[in-house]
Formats: sequence, structure tokens, C-alpha cells
Amino acid sequence: MTETLIAVHDVEVSFSDQHLFHNLSFDVDRKDFLSVIGQNGVGKTTLIRVLLDQLNPTKGYVKKRNGLQVGYVPQFRNIDQDYPLSIRDFVALNLQTGNFPWLSKREKDQLDRILDEAGLTDIKNTRMGRASGGQKQKAYLAQALVDDPDLLILDESTASLDNVRKYELFNLVQHFNQQHDLTVISITHDYDLMQKYSNKYLELRTDGYDSGLVKDLRQREDHVNV
Amino acid sequence: MFSFEFMQNAYIAGTFIAIICGIIGVYVVGRNMSYLSHMLSEIGFSGASFGIFMGWPALNGMLLFTIISSVLIGRMSVKSSRRESAISAISSLFLGLGILFLAISDKNVSYATNILFGSVIGISRGEVWQVLILTVVALLFILVMYRPLKFDSFDHVGAEVKGIHTNFISVLFLIVLALSVSTAAQIVGSLLIFVLLTLPASAAKFVSRTVSGMILFSIVAALIGVWLGLYLGYLTNWPVSFFIAVIECIIYFLALGWQAIRN
Ligand SMILES: Nc1ncnc2c1ncn2[C@@H]1O[C@H](COP(=O)(O)OP(=O)(O)OP(=O)(O)O)[C@@H](O)[C@H]1O
Ligand SMILES: [Mg+2]
Repeated sequence: MTETLIAVHDVEVSFSDQHLFHNLSFDVDRKDFLSVIGQNGVGKTTLIRVLLDQLNPTKGYVKKRNGLQVGYVPQFRNIDQDYPLSIRDFVALNLQTGNFPWLSKREKDQLDRILDEAGLTDIKNTRMGRASGGQKQKAYLAQALVDDPDLLILDESTASLDNVRKYELFNLVQHFNQQHDLTVISITHDYDLMQKYSNKYLELRTDGYDSGLVKDLRQREDHVNV
Repeated sequence: MFSFEFMQNAYIAGTFIAIICGIIGVYVVGRNMSYLSHMLSEIGFSGASFGIFMGWPALNGMLLFTIISSVLIGRMSVKSSRRESAISAISSLFLGLGILFLAISDKNVSYATNILFGSVIGISRGEVWQVLILTVVALLFILVMYRPLKFDSFDHVGAEVKGIHTNFISVLFLIVLALSVSTAAQIVGSLLIFVLLTLPASAAKFVSRTVSGMILFSIVAALIGVWLGLYLGYLTNWPVSFFIAVIECIIYFLALGWQAIRN
């Protein structure tokens, strides 16, 4: 039985000068790995803001499972060269439930476990400002996952990564998706990543959208190719 | 030296000020607000002169001006580039106003230099109590808001994503910053506040990699400056602010050098 985490129903968003989405409807179920693709400016980030309740849709609605916890790695982050915190302290920022300034034993364990799974243990004391692009993306991912969310949203996390780091990062996401039942929504421009890792896709276009299972897409392409 | 009550007062008040500036400074640096603490010190000067003009204690005038302007700045949700030029303009206005208030009040010029550059002899027991209360208020705020404040100060984007009320935290922090600026002005003077507020914390950024570590380093650096500065001021009769500024600069450049060597 599938459990639906997010149901988007007939959503449209209008800004003063433009109109995004046309009766956009789709579901995200538990353990799904959904890739959202589409040209620059088509509204991918805006869709995420709607899912996160940061923006109300002009039309339609979004239904979420009660108490759904979301971890989000945004498209842009301002971490400059001089940024002082270590990777460990940066990841720990997202531990917000405790009331004391210091971390509890449980929180420390949680933190060390996520650093370990993300392969960051060896460099946990490296300053974020000095970390490489790939290490930074892993740290963002670890920060989003440290409090154990049900759903992870990635907004073009591989945009600045080379081919090796790109797959390294997504193998990691896949690990959480398969081993920890993490549901994933990933915005990407990369068809190969979409085909390799996700089970569902959503393609946004200026005049509409297309959505479905990635394996059906493959079959359809096979037909076209033949 | 401690047989003089004014030295006792200066040391007690100075200790509290160093602690609070050391802590708040870390967040000021994390939030890239050094320029703002500079402006608040100018507004503080203006408020102090206004207080004197009205016949109040200078601290009350300072608190009034800095708190009101903090809240206004917090609500000014304009782009940061425009914000900086707006802040420079407002600073100039307040400096001018401060000079005006002093000129039309019947107090003499030494009052002005006390406000601007600080005065050890000027601190009474009553003011020590004020400093203590303000310090406790600021510390309570930091303690209660520790985690969200840390998140917002060192990863604003992440904190917003998390749903933390960053605007609320920002305004509260600015009020606490205003309290600290007004308090610190009692000893180092309003023109040198940014010395205690930004130099120890900036040095801490080079040395430590955790927020708690930065806070610890920053407090120690501020304490060394204040304690040693008061002592040297007592020995030489030169201005305490001068010594504090020199000591904090030395600590800052040592930390910078340490970081350069390590890389
Ligand atoms: N608050 C806003 N007010 C007005 N227009 C907006 C607002 N937010 C986004 N837009 C517009 O909506 C369109 C979609 O923006 P969005 O950032 O969602 O695109 P995107 O698909 O994420 O693009 P990219 O691939 O470049 O990240 C853009 O043309 C943008 O200018
Ligand atoms: Mg985008």
C-alpha cells in the first residue's frame, strides 16, 4: 500500500508579470524518488516554495501528510571563503529541538552517525569555507538530514559538481532513499541522473507539464528509437 | 589600585562589558553586521547628548535612541546594497544631531569627550548596577534563543528553510545589540565600541571553528583588553580606550598571523 506524503492538486501561481504552471497535479508517495526537470525560469524553485508553504498558490492546493518533516537543500547558499564553522558545527546547526546551548548525548550520536554515513567523518573539522564544492554539497545534505526528515528536497545540488562528485552525491542520496526510506524530490537539468536514480519524473514546460514513471519514459524512448 | 572606589567600579563594569561584548560580537560578525554596530555607536553618541540636553543620565538617552533605531533598521527590509548607503546617511544625521544637542545643552565640553572616548572616573556604583542588569538581560536572551540565533546568524538561508522566524530573531538581536552598545559606551566611549564588539570576535573567527569556541575566545580577548587597558590607564594616566584599542588590535593581528601560518 502506498502512503501519499504530498498531493498537489490543480496548482497555478501568478506573479504580476507572469503565470506559472497549468493545473499542475501530482502525488509524491513514501520512498519515491521524484526528479523535477524543466528549463531555467519555468518555475521549479517556485514549485518547491509552494510545497514548503513559503508561497501560496494562486489556484489549487497542496495537501501534506500530517506532521511531515522536510529537509531542504536550497539552490543558493551564501558560504564564503572566510566562513568559520567546521563541517561538524555547520551540520549541527539544524539540530533545533533541544533547549540547551549544548548538544545532548542523543543529538551528538545523531550528528556523528549522519557525518559517518555521508562520509564526512574524516573532514568534520575542516572549515566549511575551505571545503571543496563536493564536500560542501555533502555537508548541506547532511545538515538537511541530521534531524531525520521524511522528505528531502534537493534544488540543483549537482549544478557545480564534476561527473565523479555528481554520482558520488547521488549514490549517497540513493543510499538514504533505499536504506532509510527517505522520500526524495530532486530538481535537476541532468537527464542521466534522472534516469539512473529516480522512479518518477515531472517535466515542467511553459505550456504545461508531463509526469509519470521513469521506466515508462524509457520504454517510450525505446519505441521512438526503434 | 583597588583601594579607589572608582577603580573597583571600572573593573566590575568593565568585566561585565567585556563578557557581553565578547558574546554578542560573535553574532555581529556571523551576521556581517560590523558596519551596523558602528552606526549604532554614532546613534548612541547622539542619544547620550540628547539625554544630557534633557537633563537625564546619558545612558538612558543612549538606550532610547539605539533601541528605537535598531527596531527601525530591522524593519527596513530593503536590499542590502541600498541598506548600507541608507545607514551611512542616517549615521551622519545622528552625528550631527549629537553635536547639536551638546551645543545647546548647558554642559561643558568634557561631557562630550567622556561620551565619545569613555571615562574611567565617570562610573558610579549606580551605573555599575545598570551595567549588571543590562548584561543579565542580554545573557538571558542569548541563552533562551541560543540555537535559533546561532542557526540564523551562521546560515541564514538554512534557518529560513527550517521555518525559523528569522525576522523576529533579527529584531530581538538588534535590540540586544543596542543594549550592549549603550552599555559598552560607558567605558570605552561610543566611538570605540566597535573595538570591543568586533575585534575580539573577528580574531576568534581565525582561531576557532565552532560557535562556542569563538564565544570563549572572544570573551577572553575582550577581558584581556579591558583588564589590561584599565591597569595601564591607571599607571600612565593615558586614556583607557587607547590601550584597549591597541591590545585588541594586537590580538587581532596575532590571530590573523596564526591562521596564515596554519594554512
Ligand atoms: N517572488 C516573485 N515575484 C515575481 N516573479 C517571480 C518571483 N519568484 C519567481 N519569479 C519568476 O518566476 C519564474 C520562475 O522562477 P524559478 O526560480 O521558480 O525558476 P526555476 O525553474 O527554478 O529556474 P532555474 O532553473 O534557473 O533555477 C522566473 O521567471 C522568476 O523571475
Ligand atoms: Mg531554481
